[in-house]
Amino acid sequence: MRITCPLCGERDRREFYYKGAALVRPAEGADLDAWHEYVNLRENPAGPLDELWYHEMGCNSWLKVTRDTATHEILDVQLASEAGLGGET
Amino acid sequence: MRLPGKGLNQGAKPITFSFNGRHMMGLEGDTLAAALLANDVHLMGRSFKYHRPRGVLTAGSEEPNALVTTGTGGEQDPNVRATQQEIFEGLEARSQNCWPSVERDVMAVNDLAAPFFTAGFYYKTFMWPAAFWEKLYEPMIRNAAGLGALSGEADQDRYEKAFAFCDVLVIGSGPAGLMAALTAGRAGADVILCEEDSRMGGRLLAEREEIGGKPGHDWAAEALAELDAMDNVRLMTRTAVTGAYDQGTYGALERVSHHLPQRHSLKGSHLPRECFWRIAAKHAVLAAGAIERPVAFRNNDRPGIMMAGAVRAYLNRWGVAPGERVTLFANNDQAHRTARDLAEAGVHIAAVIDSRHEAPDGGPYQVIKGAQVCGSAGRQRVESITVRSIKGEEKIQTDCLAMSGGWNPSVHLTCHLNSRPVWKRDVLAFVPAEGAVPGMVTAGACNGTLSTAGALREGANAAAKVLEALGLNAAAADLPDAEDDPYRIAALWAVPGKGRAWLDFQNDVTVKDVKQAAVENFRSVEHMKRYTTQGMATDQGKNSNVAALAVLADATGRTIPETGTTTFRPPFVPVAIGAIGAGATDEGFKPQRFLTSHAESEARGAHQLEVGLWYRAAYYPKPGETSWRQSCDREVTLVRNAVGICDVSTLGKIDVQGADAGKLLDHLYTNTFSTLKVGKVRYGLMLREDGFVMDDGTTARLDENHYVMTTTTAAAGQVMAHMEFAAQVLHPDWDVRFTSVTEQWAQFAVAGPKSQELLNGLVAEDVNGETWPFMGCGEATVLGVKGRLFRISFSGEHAYEVAVPARYGGSLFRELLKRAEAMGGGAYGMEALNVLRIEKGLITHAEINGTVTAFDLGMQGMMSKKKDFLGKPMSTREGLMAEDRMRLVGLKPVGAAKEITAGAHLFTPGDPVERIYDQGYVTSAGYSPTLGHPIGLAFLKEGPDRLGETVRLVDHMRGVDTLCEVVSPVFFDPEGDRARG
Ligand SMILES: [Zn+2]
Repeated sequence: MRITCPLCGERDRREFYYKGAALVRPAEGADLDAWHEYVNLRENPAGPLDELWYHEMGCNSWLKVTRDTATHEILDVQLASEAGLGGET
Repeated sequence: MRLPGKGLNQGAKPITFSFNGRHMMGLEGDTLAAALLANDVHLMGRSFKYHRPRGVLTAGSEEPNALVTTGTGGEQDPNVRATQQEIFEGLEARSQNCWPSVERDVMAVNDLAAPFFTAGFYYKTFMWPAAFWEKLYEPMIRNAAGLGALSGEADQDRYEKAFAFCDVLVIGSGPAGLMAALTAGRAGADVILCEEDSRMGGRLLAEREEIGGKPGHDWAAEALAELDAMDNVRLMTRTAVTGAYDQGTYGALERVSHHLPQRHSLKGSHLPRECFWRIAAKHAVLAAGAIERPVAFRNNDRPGIMMAGAVRAYLNRWGVAPGERVTLFANNDQAHRTARDLAEAGVHIAAVIDSRHEAPDGGPYQVIKGAQVCGSAGRQRVESITVRSIKGEEKIQTDCLAMSGGWNPSVHLTCHLNSRPVWKRDVLAFVPAEGAVPGMVTAGACNGTLSTAGALREGANAAAKVLEALGLNAAAADLPDAEDDPYRIAALWAVPGKGRAWLDFQNDVTVKDVKQAAVENFRSVEHMKRYTTQGMATDQGKNSNVAALAVLADATGRTIPETGTTTFRPPFVPVAIGAIGAGATDEGFKPQRFLTSHAESEARGAHQLEVGLWYRAAYYPKPGETSWRQSCDREVTLVRNAVGICDVSTLGKIDVQGADAGKLLDHLYTNTFSTLKVGKVRYGLMLREDGFVMDDGTTARLDENHYVMTTTTAAAGQVMAHMEFAAQVLHPDWDVRFTSVTEQWAQFAVAGPKSQELLNGLVAEDVNGETWPFMGCGEATVLGVKGRLFRISFSGEHAYEVAVPARYGGSLFRELLKRAEAMGGGAYGMEALNVLRIEKGLITHAEINGTVTAFDLGMQGMMSKKKDFLGKPMSTREGLMAEDRMRLVGLKPVGAAKEITAGAHLFTPGDPVERIYDQGYVTSAGYSPTLGHPIGLAFLKEGPDRLGETVRLVDHMRGVDTLCEVVSPVFFDPEGDRARG
């Protein structure tokens, strides 16, 4: 599998560390149900999924990768810093 | 038998090799199978289950029978396919799965017991009684299982792995592959052409059909010369593409030196045995050809019964006739070439048997149409066959039967990403589904196109398609004239009749076994496969899967497409684990990280401890010390009484800078760092987002916008990724940058009552309680080198950590030791460091084990109520603050056995020692020379409320059962005066 890092170009997947679904962090003061959902609950779709990958053996960027879980096709890659996952602070 | 003047190896050098101890001659370029056939050796091995005599069936990597062992000791290589192993001077090969010899094999009695070994035998027989399994059944099965054996010694061969990149990967070098490579290469594309054989050309080396008016192999040679001259084309022989993976990644195994004699003089060889390639290709052209399939009939497995295409390969490529009186059994026109070629070479054709009434007449030999071979006879080689036709049965003397049930396209790679092949009625075979692998185009026989002209045409078209996608201009295809015969075939899978008709030669699966599976309702092809073991041997059923499927379809009254097919998974050919993991053995698997103090520690005879990848000194034995405990006790004591030196550089060090550095640290730590004064250090606790403790450590503020964070050795990488996550994903707008500087700084603990005195001679600055108060930090000039000095303590003593750029680490360590020893101190290692911190109740990752909360550690007070931090919301969950959680306490022994062991569990005295009565567990333990007894840290239910209580400590692993008193985790100097003083 190969992922195109926006900074480094196309690289073998061995350079990356996989975290899981890319979710928006709840706002400060959100109730525990929202946190439970953020920390524990996942959709697990057979199809496109936004995921977080870390270019650990490259530029140390966290990436938001949109991958089809059924075909492993990678539909989009962007820097996580531009993906608005931090939520409100 | 070698036929003079025949074959593509005219003038090849003679080579001596041995098989089962017998010395023989072959020719350079021979495979072991070709050379053995040239020496009239047909019996090459014994089958897996019944130990039936077997000869070579094929001429390629799909070979199920002719598996041999080469080499001895650490070089022993089992299950080598004789159809692939090239001979070289001095090659020693031997048969396997037989004893005492391949001719007289004791285990052949299994063949007589065959009625007991039918499908599902293992499942039915070894069910009960359960007690028999471990003692009788399993050893028995293990003893009988497997073909070749490993030597049991470490593999001494060297393997390599490599990456390659190209525009077009062409897989297979037959007419389709060569034409694709030529078309792509001429257009300027970056091409890699992989061929698993030692010589490129594919079927063109085995057939006599012409291309462009010249022999096919001559056309191939010219094409290869042209490709070889192109800088943008890379030709890789002996390289099998083993798997197709996502985004155009392919695995390939190159057999680098299996064919070279040097390999056997290990030390002298610079070549690896194999190289595992990972090829990233923008596009691929699969031109993998097809594999001829046998026909199942009674005793179709005798040596001398071979595939018709393989017979042509041995004849036309290697000049070897596999028999003197050859018969042919086929259901298609193409197979008749075998009789034609042999007859032209002067070999007697006893008969051609074709199952079709409309079979073609051929040359000067008898063609029996509408007939079937229904049996064979002979002991260690076929002597006769029985032919059944409307006229009845007749026996024909023959020493070689060439058979062909048609061809199965090599669709394997197209299935690796989950696509299933589709049934193509006109060729009676599965062909690749459209778009099976993104970026891959299929061409030629693997696509179900079985004529030479068709292969050339599809090869050119496939390349043109790829070139268009690459934006390159393909020149108009210049296709040479070639054979374009229609492929006439009629279905013939299994000849009806009694006896055992073999499908899977390697796993000894018969037509009857498949029918039995169907009778017992294993009707799904996947169930049948597992029940009978069909296709589960090292050849993965390359020859037999489709015929087995056809038999199952027939037995269950379904069509073949209705019955479906099993899928193929990587690898296409067996790959040694050594090749996949090349480079990842010993230090390659686990790199060693050495401290700047390593050489000095070694010189002092320190015992090393592996901490992750780091090597740290465990203790420094002095003359006369006979156990680690003596050294450890002395080192603890010298820290408590004088001054000790310990290398602490393995702790993660992260340099954090920027206007929002404090803000980021506030977000990461439970406590506040933005309010920390410049020149001060603070201890911090980090949580995971789920509220559990992740790591701890100290962070120093060197300047307004400059901090240095330390992490534990164990979690350095994890904390770095966590920080990057917080900064990039959660707060990309904050002005903060950080980087790991763990390797850039050497850092040493200088701990003990004389530490200040030692440092005052070492650093230019005046070190006192004013300049470096407890938890103070600042730049210091260490023997003229700009360094840093932190007044922090992990021992409970008045202590410092002094840091210098790593290049000065070795000399500073020696200097520190010299000065410490002059003051009655010295070096201390990990063992003493551990005892010192347990005496103070300080935690490590033995305590931060992923299940503990700040509350469990008694650190709930460190969780700021004024700010948000990572993990805060989840840490407030009810259960994470419950009083009855297992919480940190100290233990000291009161029972008869004065022993505390880490990992032991705690019980209330009087309770049964059972899991549900478990009260907690010991995380760290050691002998405290300061207190004169063992001490331990533990997590105990309601722990802090049970001080003074007695608990029972049980360690089944080490046989310890004793009583302990629950005490405060801080055993020594609870007020902390020594560190602050
Ligand atoms: Zn990158």
